[in-house]
Amino acid sequence: MLRNAICLGLTALLFAGTALGDITVEITKGGVARTPVAVVPFGWAGQSADMPLDIAEVIASDLQRSGRFAPIAEENMLQKPTTGAELDFDDWSFVKAEAVVVGRVVQTGENAYDVSFQLFDVFGREQLVGYRIPASRGTMRIVAHRAADMIYEKLTGIKGVFATKVAFVTAEQRQDGQTFRLIVADQDGANETVILQSADPIMSPAWSPDSRRLAYVSFENDRSSVWVQTLRTGNRIQVSNKPGINGAPSFSPDGRQLVLTLGGIDGNLDIHVLDLSTRQTRRLTTHRAIDTEGSWAPDGRYIYFTSDRSGGPQVYRVPAAGGTPERVTFEGSYNARPRLSPDGKRLAVVHLDRGDYRIAVMEVRSKELLIVSAGQQDESPSFAPNSDTLIYATRQARNGVLETVTADGLIRQRVSSGEGDVREPVWSPFPRY
Amino acid sequence: MLKYKFAVTTLMFALLSGCASNTVPDPDPADTPYDAAGSGADTDVYGDDPLGGGESIGDDYSAGELTNVIYFDFDSSEVAADFTDIVARHALILANDATVRVRLEGHADERGSREYNIGLGERRAQSVRRMLMIQGASAAQIATVSFGEERPAALGGDEDSWAQNRRVEIEYTN
Repeated sequence: MLRNAICLGLTALLFAGTALGDITVEITKGGVARTPVAVVPFGWAGQSADMPLDIAEVIASDLQRSGRFAPIAEENMLQKPTTGAELDFDDWSFVKAEAVVVGRVVQTGENAYDVSFQLFDVFGREQLVGYRIPASRGTMRIVAHRAADMIYEKLTGIKGVFATKVAFVTAEQRQDGQTFRLIVADQDGANETVILQSADPIMSPAWSPDSRRLAYVSFENDRSSVWVQTLRTGNRIQVSNKPGINGAPSFSPDGRQLVLTLGGIDGNLDIHVLDLSTRQTRRLTTHRAIDTEGSWAPDGRYIYFTSDRSGGPQVYRVPAAGGTPERVTFEGSYNARPRLSPDGKRLAVVHLDRGDYRIAVMEVRSKELLIVSAGQQDESPSFAPNSDTLIYATRQARNGVLETVTADGLIRQRVSSGEGDVREPVWSPFPRY
Repeated sequence: MLKYKFAVTTLMFALLSGCASNTVPDPDPADTPYDAAGSGADTDVYGDDPLGGGESIGDDYSAGELTNVIYFDFDSSEVAADFTDIVARHALILANDATVRVRLEGHADERGSREYNIGLGERRAQSVRRMLMIQGASAAQIATVSFGEERPAALGGDEDSWAQNRRVEIEYTN
């Protein structure tokens, strides 16, 4: 059978490709007290009437979405200072703000701006952090997220993830078939960008450690193959196309290798490691059971994977250098799709909980398991790079939607997209500046 | 309704000369081989009787329409007794003509983890493959692919839909 390039109606898109509708966020469970903070509208000095982006609005909505802060509405602000010198702490004590953010945007060139901000502790009457960051119109949103990251870390002690991205897959059911899209968006849902579009399934996106590439499975040509696509250029390379299943890619911490699942002609799924430069594969498991969903531990020493060698699926780990697999999960009849937190302390799994598939977080050391989601078919947990929050897919009616939850299960929010059935979210690593 | 789907699909494959029609971004509605509910699925447009070269052996395998979908119980990859005759009839077609090729598409219901479901779909396809080979088909005649839960036949979220989705579809590819 001849297949040619024209037949291949699969579209790899540049990172600057089509943007879909923005995602909206609603908090479904807020289990902690929310600290009142004020993010005062930023001052503006520039050629046009308005600044290119409402920085204060971006910062306030980042803090709001974290579930740990309650931004004070602008109409309740008694003053609107843009520098620390203008700040009257009594006014902010009066409206019960515990922290105040002020800032300014100053245009310094045709497409050059200085964004400065200061964070103040109202009770202590002192500055906690202050920064000036150069920006262009194109980078202003990410600069606002970086400011929010610094503010969040100062106030909570937890690194902010507002400047990170999330990749996910959508499937749109049409009369005549399906359209699958691989999408990358800012973690607040802005800048939704289609990376790949296909009439055949796209599965299992995985970030490279430098956030520049995504590995994924494509069923183009009616069989599975693993690809690595560079986001900035849209350039995609097929890295595994062996007989049978090619699936479940995950990058090594150094980005040079992929762990993946190969099935072979006899369909015996095992964990293999592919060296991306030499293209040599190394087999890590040989059991006749299903071994799949390999995922590298952050320290690179172990690969965690799902295996049903004991009957139902459970999580095992095998030394990345090769060795004997050992079982990791014991609680419950179904634990699959292991993902370690970047700090290596927790393991997220899909866990069968009295008939419902839910996300559970296991403390690696104590093996204590905590169920953190509340759906019936929750899947694909992925940790944020700060190890504090996870994103996963759940169902709303018949469609998949995304939710985030803190690893302690206390703050859960829905991230809903209007576009089709959303699945397989994966949180990017921290961006490298 | 699923009966003779393989025949329709085969015709499409012939018409499209192997063009991967389901990768076209805006395909003609009639092009999609995976559309189980596709119109015309009840019409035998295969032309030749797919059993034309076969002989009846033992039980009356050639009686009735030959379905190309094998359904599976929850969490099972075992071909149920209800379907062993159907698999045997497909095995006969393959055993009688070494040029015939099939592709076994394994599928799972939507519950649980997606890549693990790829494994479950593959296990079902391999179960049918072994049964075909035991009965005279050769390895070279059979390809397998697992779509896991990615290509459901029924879109509901109930046991009825799940049962329709736990399946292996036997596609004649030449």
